[in-house]
Amino acid sequence: MTASPAPGLGSLAGIAASVRAGERSARAVLAVSLDRVRELEGDLHCFNEVTVEAAEADADAVDRMVRSGLDPGPLAGVPVALKDNLCTVGIPTTCSSKILAGWLPPYDATVVSRLRDAGAVAIGKTNLDEFAMGSSTENSAFGPTRNPWDLGRVPGGSSGGSAAAVAAGMVPLAFGSDTGGSIRQPAALCGIVGVKPTYGVVSRYGLIAFASSLDQIGPFAITVADAALGLEVIAGHDPMDSTSLDRPAPSLLDTLDEGVSGLRVGIVADFLSAGSECGDAVVAAAEALAAAGAKVDQVRIPELLLGLPAYYVIAPAEASSNLSRYDGVRYGLRVDGPDAETMNARTRGEGFGAEVKRRIMMGTYALSAGYYDAYYGQAQKARTLVIRAFETAYRDFDVLLTPTTPSVAFPFGSKVDDPIEMYMCDLCSIPSSLAGHPAASVPFALNPEGLPIGVQVLAPALGEAVMMRVAASLEAAAPRESRGPVTP
Amino acid sequence: MTGYETVVGLEVHCELATATKLFCGCRNAFGDEPNTNVCPVCLGLPGSLPVVNRRAVELALRIGAALNCKAQRSIFHRKNYFYPDMPKDYQISQYDEPINVDGWLELPDGSRVGVERAHMEEDTGKTTHVGGGGRIHEAGYSLVDYNRAGVPLVEIVSRPDIRSAAQARAYVDELRSILVATGASDGRMEEGSLRVDANVSVRPAGATEYGTRCEVKNLNSLRSLERAIDYEVARQIELLEAGERVSQETRHWDEGDSSTHSMRSKEEANDYRYFPEPDLTPLVPDVALLTAAAEGVGAMPAERRHRLSNLLAAGSELATRRDGSTDQVVTVVDLGLDELVHGAVAAGADPRLALARAANEAAANPDAAKLLDPMAFAALLKMESSGRLSATQSKEVLAELMGKGGDPGQIARRLGYEQMDTASLGSMVDEVIAANPQEWRRYREGDDKVAQFLLGQVMKSSKGRANGKLVAEAFALRRDA
Repeated sequence: MTASPAPGLGSLAGIAASVRAGERSARAVLAVSLDRVRELEGDLHCFNEVTVEAAEADADAVDRMVRSGLDPGPLAGVPVALKDNLCTVGIPTTCSSKILAGWLPPYDATVVSRLRDAGAVAIGKTNLDEFAMGSSTENSAFGPTRNPWDLGRVPGGSSGGSAAAVAAGMVPLAFGSDTGGSIRQPAALCGIVGVKPTYGVVSRYGLIAFASSLDQIGPFAITVADAALGLEVIAGHDPMDSTSLDRPAPSLLDTLDEGVSGLRVGIVADFLSAGSECGDAVVAAAEALAAAGAKVDQVRIPELLLGLPAYYVIAPAEASSNLSRYDGVRYGLRVDGPDAETMNARTRGEGFGAEVKRRIMMGTYALSAGYYDAYYGQAQKARTLVIRAFETAYRDFDVLLTPTTPSVAFPFGSKVDDPIEMYMCDLCSIPSSLAGHPAASVPFALNPEGLPIGVQVLAPALGEAVMMRVAASLEAAAPRESRGPVTP
Repeated sequence: MTGYETVVGLEVHCELATATKLFCGCRNAFGDEPNTNVCPVCLGLPGSLPVVNRRAVELALRIGAALNCKAQRSIFHRKNYFYPDMPKDYQISQYDEPINVDGWLELPDGSRVGVERAHMEEDTGKTTHVGGGGRIHEAGYSLVDYNRAGVPLVEIVSRPDIRSAAQARAYVDELRSILVATGASDGRMEEGSLRVDANVSVRPAGATEYGTRCEVKNLNSLRSLERAIDYEVARQIELLEAGERVSQETRHWDEGDSSTHSMRSKEEANDYRYFPEPDLTPLVPDVALLTAAAEGVGAMPAERRHRLSNLLAAGSELATRRDGSTDQVVTVVDLGLDELVHGAVAAGADPRLALARAANEAAANPDAAKLLDPMAFAALLKMESSGRLSATQSKEVLAELMGKGGDPGQIARRLGYEQMDTASLGSMVDEVIAANPQEWRRYREGDDKVAQFLLGQVMKSSKGRANGKLVAEAFALRRDA
C-alpha cells in the first residue's frame, strides 16, 4: 500500500496569521480539520475521543476575541490533538486503559491550559499504548492506531495516535509524552518532526505519570518551525511541578534559520549497524550538514548501550509505584470483592493489560528488599555512566546524530510476542531520556518501500535552540516526499 | 520484676500546625466535614504532582533545633504499600536521608534521651469501618475521609534510651511541651495531633545486647502508653522466665482488656520498596530557612519553667516537681502564658497572684488569654491586691477582659464593682453604727459574731459595692479611736 502526499492545513504561523487578521475564522479552520478526521479516522483510529462540541466552542471563543480586537495568541485557531494521558477538564482521559475508562479529570494539565491561552483549539484525545508503555500502540485497550503511510504497519508508540493524526493531515500540531522515545519513535515511523525537550522545560502537571524521572511532553508537527513554535508555547516554569526548571521558555524560532556553519556534529558510531537503512540515512544526513558548513566527525560512546537495560529497570520501577493508585477505591474501574484487598486485586487484574502488568511486576521486583541494589541501584549507576559519557562527548561536539529507530515502521503483530524485540525500538532514544537531554527526530529519507526514516539530533541539557537549528538544516536537505502529510 | 532491664524507644508522630497541607494548598484542619479539604494533589488524582510547603519545612527544622538535632540536606522517598486511606498507595516520607538527625531531649529529672532522627512525611486519610464493632474484618463497609491525607507530619524517633514506663511518659510529656512551645504542633493527643508507638524489649540486668523488641501501637494517651509498656514488659519477662522467646512483631494495645495483641509478625511485614521520590527535588535548607527556624524555636519549656519559678518567693510551700516547678508553673508554660505573667509582674503585679490567675482563670481559655494585654492584666491584679476588687469580682472582670478586652477599671465600674470613695464609705459606716447602737456596743466589747452583721448592713446599703476588707478596716478604726 502506498500513501500519496496530502495538502494539510499549512503552517501554524500561516493559520494563526490568517485567523488573527480575521481572513479566516477559527471555526472554518476547525471544519477542515474535522472533515479530514471524518474522512480517515475509520482507517487510522488516531483518537480515543474527538471532542467536536468543545472544539467548536473553543474556536468560537477565538473568533469572538478576533472580532473584539483581542489577540487570541500565537496559535490562534490552530487545531491540535492531545495524547490521552494529558488531563482535560470534563473530557475522558483514559491512558488507553480500561482501568481509567470514563474518568473525567477535574482539572486541566498545565500544557492544556497554555495551549488554550495561546489560542489553540483542541479537537480530541489521541490513542496510545496503555499508560504510554509500548512502541506500536498495539498495547491500547481500545485497539491500535494505523500508520497513514501503510495501514498494515504500526505508527510507533506510545504516542502513535498523535503522530498518525499529524502525518495524516488531521491536525498540524499534536502533543505526546516521551519517556524513552514515545514522541521521537512514532515521529520517525510517521515521517514527521517530534521533539522531546530537556527534562523540566515543560511542566508535567496533569500528565498521567508513567516514569516520573523520565516523562516529558513535547510536540509533533510536519515542520521543524511548527514543532519549535509548539514547544515555545508549552514550555516555561510551572510552580505546580517541583521538577520544572525555574527559567523562561526557550526562544527557538529566532535562531532557527542561522544554519550550521562551524557547528561540531558527532555521528554516534555505536548506533550505526552495518548496512541498516536507518544508519545509512544518518550518514547521509551528516554529509548534508557537512555540505552546509558543519564540522562532522564520528564518535564512539559505548556507554550509551547501557541505556536500554538501565531504562528497563528504572522506568518499570517508577511505574510500579505510579500505577499503584489505580486500586478501585476512588475513581476509574472497580471490580468488587468481599474485602478491600480482593477488590483491589480484581480491579487491577481486569483493568490493566498484559504489558502494563509485565512492567509493574518487573518494577516491583527491581525495588524489592534484597534485590534493590542489584537492580535499581545498578541501573542508577548505569544512568550516571550514560550522563558522564554524554558530558565527555559534548566537550567535542555541539550536537550528536543517531538513527531515531533501528528500523522503519513494522507490520502489526510482528513484535508483540517478543517484548525484548519491542523494547529494542527504544535503543537510540533512551540515552537522552536517561540524561534528561533534549532530542528531536526529523524525517530525512524514504526506504525502498516508500516508508519514512527519521534522523535523531541530540543536544546537551537546554540545548534546544542549537538542536532545532540542526534539525531545520536537515529538513532543508531532506527530500520533500520523506515527510507527511500523506493520504493512506 | 527484678533481674531484668526495660528498654524502650519511642516513635512520636507529630502533626504540624501549618495552615495548609504538606504538598498542596488544602486546609490543614481537624474536625471539618469529611472530604471537604481535598484537591487533585492530596487525593492523588492521576497527573497531579506534589510541591513542598516551605512553612512545614521551617517547622520541621524548628523541631530539630529544639531537640538539638543536626539539620541536613534531605530527600523524600516513596514508601509503597496498598491501603485504601492512602490516595496514591504510597506515602511520601523521608528514609535514609532525613532532615534532622542526632539530637537529644533532657527530661525534668535530668535524664537525657537520644533522638535518632526527626523526619518529614505526609499523613494518610482516616478510615472508619462501619458495622462489626468498628473492626476491619467484621465491617460491613468502610468510609474514608481524605481531609487528613497530606497533612504534614514530623516523626521523632528516640534512641532506645528509655528504661521505664514512667520515663517514657515523662519523655512524651516533655516532648509535647517542646512541640507546643516551638509552635510546631498543638500537641493534642486526643485529636491525633500526637501519636506514639513504643518499641519495647527487656534484657537481663547488666546485659549489653538488646532483647528482641515488639512495636506497640494504638497508644492514644499518656496513660495508655504507661500501661501498655508495663504490660508488655511483664509479658516479655514471663516468656523469658518460661524459657520461651520473644518474637519480633507489631502488637496492638487494647484499652478494653488492658493487654497487647499480635497484629503482624516480622515475616508478615510489608516490603515498602522505598525509592527516591522522583517528583520532588532534594531539600537543601538555605540560610534564610535555618535562620527562621532557629529564631522561631524560642526558649525551651525547661528554661521557661525555671525563669517563672524564679519569680516566686524562695521556699514556696506549693508542691513542686523535681525540677523545682509548681504545677501552676508547668500549666502556665505549657499554655504559653508565661510571657503574660512576666509582663504583668514587670508592671507591678504580685507574682503569686499573677501565676494563680494565669494558671486557673486564664488557662480556662488559653487562646483568649494569649491575647491579653499584660498591662491590663497587671492593672486588674493590682486592683485585687489592693482590695479594690474582691477575688470573685476580679475573676469576673478577668473573664470579660479575655472575652471582649477593654480597661479593667471601666469593666469593674460597669459591672457595679466600682469602689466607693473613702468619704461615702465612711458616712455609710457611721450611718450603720447610728442605726444599730446595741450591735455596735457588743462589737466594741469584742463580739466577733456581730462584726459580720455590721459588715452585712454596710454591704446591703452599698448594694455590694463596698469592699469588705475596707469596711472592716473602717469599723476597726472607729472602735480603736
